[in-house]
Amino acid sequence: MSKNREKDDVSGVETTGHEWDGIRELDNPLPRWWLYIFYATVVWSIGYWVVMPAWPLVNDYTRGVLGHSQRLDVDAAIASLKEGRSALGEKLAKATPQEIEADPELQQAALAWGRSAFGDNCATCHGGGGGGNVGYPNLNDDIWLWGGTLDDIRHTLKVGIRSTHPETRLSAMPAYGRDELLEPGQIRDLAEYVLNLSGKSTDAEAVARAAPLFVDNCAACHGEDGKGLREFGSPNLTDADWLYGGDKDTIIETITNARNGVMPTWEGRLDAPTINALAVYVHSLGGGE
Amino acid sequence: MNVQAPDRAPATHAAEGVLRSDVQAVNSANRRTLYKAREPIYPKAVHGTFRKVKWAVMTALLAIYYIVPFLRWDRGIGKPDQAVLVDLDRTRFYFFWIELWPQEVYFIAGLLIAGALALFLFTALFGRVWCGYACPQTVWTDLYIAVEHWIEGDRNQRIRLTKEPWTAKKVAKRVSKHTVWLLIAVATGGAWVLYFYDAPTFVVEFFTGEAPFMGYVFVGILTFTTYSLAGFMREQVCTYMCPWPRIQAAMVDSESISVTYLKARGEPRGPHKKGSSWDGRGDCIDCNQCVAACPMGIDIRDGDQLECINCGLCIDACDEVMDKIDRPRGLIAYDSHENVARRRAGKAPRFRFLRTRTMFYAVVLGAVGTAMLIALLSRAPIDLNVIRDRNPVFVRLSNGDIRNAYTVKVMNRTDAAMQVKVDVLGLPGAVVREAGGPADAPAGDILISVNADEIRSVRVLVTIPQAAATDPSLPCTVTVTDLKTGVSTLNETAFMTGAEK
Repeated sequence: MSKNREKDDVSGVETTGHEWDGIRELDNPLPRWWLYIFYATVVWSIGYWVVMPAWPLVNDYTRGVLGHSQRLDVDAAIASLKEGRSALGEKLAKATPQEIEADPELQQAALAWGRSAFGDNCATCHGGGGGGNVGYPNLNDDIWLWGGTLDDIRHTLKVGIRSTHPETRLSAMPAYGRDELLEPGQIRDLAEYVLNLSGKSTDAEAVARAAPLFVDNCAACHGEDGKGLREFGSPNLTDADWLYGGDKDTIIETITNARNGVMPTWEGRLDAPTINALAVYVHSLGGGE
Repeated sequence: MNVQAPDRAPATHAAEGVLRSDVQAVNSANRRTLYKAREPIYPKAVHGTFRKVKWAVMTALLAIYYIVPFLRWDRGIGKPDQAVLVDLDRTRFYFFWIELWPQEVYFIAGLLIAGALALFLFTALFGRVWCGYACPQTVWTDLYIAVEHWIEGDRNQRIRLTKEPWTAKKVAKRVSKHTVWLLIAVATGGAWVLYFYDAPTFVVEFFTGEAPFMGYVFVGILTFTTYSLAGFMREQVCTYMCPWPRIQAAMVDSESISVTYLKARGEPRGPHKKGSSWDGRGDCIDCNQCVAACPMGIDIRDGDQLECINCGLCIDACDEVMDKIDRPRGLIAYDSHENVARRRAGKAPRFRFLRTRTMFYAVVLGAVGTAMLIALLSRAPIDLNVIRDRNPVFVRLSNGDIRNAYTVKVMNRTDAAMQVKVDVLGLPGAVVREAGGPADAPAGDILISVNADEIRSVRVLVTIPQAAATDPSLPCTVTVTDLKTGVSTLNETAFMTGAEK
């Protein structure tokens, strides 16, 4: 190739001797600053191989004289974080949530701790701000199936709902349609009845037909007036809030297959100060009782 | 390396008493190629009006830079007493009687905008005077050249020294030059750091080895940049690294002032014999003093050039020569393209400073300055920042009422703790209470205390009846009132109802 090198008339610079589709390239030298930086990086890399982990071996790798390891760094960082938090953590673990809320300094700390723990563990289902989702309760409002006091929230966090914890909060709504406990027509009437509880029904006859069905099948848990009972975690059917949706089709779906949402138990997964902090944080979102 | 020949060879005279410099402009247009090593420039010392102005400006600017960190300003107990201080620990910027919070960074932005506009204005009026007189690159390069001149002598001696073999004398000169340069560089970096620490304390700690590590790092960085940019890079910084020479081409016009060689008067140039007539020839005796004096390595007689920083040293050099050969001064002068054209047309030269362009820059600069002044003078002792919860945007309660949450941040800029009342106005039927506050507190009464010079944040829950949720968004106002003085500050925000439009 190099035999094709020739001098360019305009610039007086030699060409590289390559030619692509009639296009030739001038063999200008590399900019000096670029070249020097390139040499410097070459020298740097050799030093880097010596001091830092660099070359993969069959079962190991060259570790470098500095013994640097990001895993060890992370371990050390976590250890130092834990140590830095230990005094506060002890306070948060010992105090009741009520005591935490009463102490402004401890409360601020708990809110910060709780916010970060909420983002890591709870936000997946309940949303970043605890705004909830279909099937996952909004933690900002005043509706609490299992109670919204500090103690209630902490207990729910510990044992979960329909979880694997032996003392889990537990209740089960039967799947009236799937298990053929009620006829499809009865379920449609019941849905009208439920709609009527919040004044949304358009079919007075269906409501009348379903009244005895409600007493027989639903009132035991939801109450005769449909306002729900905390001991069963049964929702209030008369209010404006619907966990899964308040249109007739969704209600029919709920009665047919039941819902029985699950929240895992956090005892054992989260330590005591974190659960306390989470209780205080969730309580502060706006719905706390 | 292509080192310039010293002046004495060949020893010709351009005119009686004026030695001719055998010098070629390092950066002249016809010698410019891509890809070549830098040729060193040995600017010759000149004396004259503009050199004096440059000394004065340099002295004033360096004095400001080095003295300001040591000025004191009493702010009372618990606050720094340094007049100008960027306090990174407390996140405050102190400037004499002004104390800025990070939230007020727009003042800095405004200052930068005003600075840019002032540069625009000055460039439109006087060309690149910033580059030639006030730019730190120029000031420090000038200082370094002065040191060079003091230790190694003027242009010819410096060129000779470069060519000399490494004798003890040369080593001594070079070592002392670089030592003084490095001392200046350390002082430059050191003074910069003083704007971020208590200056007298830092100076002591710096030498006793007790200063913060980052302090040493920044002194080191700025020492390196000063030493390399003012000692070695010099004109290359302006020509290759700085974007400003490119940008300002958009700000000058034919009536902007720039250093101009009056070609009509100077040409045809050539050496002049004593006693011979000046008729039929130009005033330029081709002595090349303007080229020898130029710190940018150009020949101003080639006309306007990218490299020219409008410093006027060639004017001083030429005026000196004109005095010697008894011709009028001003063969090279601050002039405009317009005047060159006017002379050619037989009209009298004139400077027109009131032009659409300059007036526009001045008006905008005035407007920005006034706006900043008004903002500064009307700074309230309380500042308020309202952040509406966006997740969730709104909450529907069991009875259908709608609730929004706001994080209200109250900044107390005074020196005393204050009790404030937070209110939300403009929403009929709204119930306001503090989230997580005392449960027995009556709704609507949110009283908080904010410590002096601190920010307090409170989460406020606002609930409106279902019937009031008529629009997707309702305007409302959050107010904070100082209970003692009654001064209140407000912030407009919105209430989201989730209603369909």
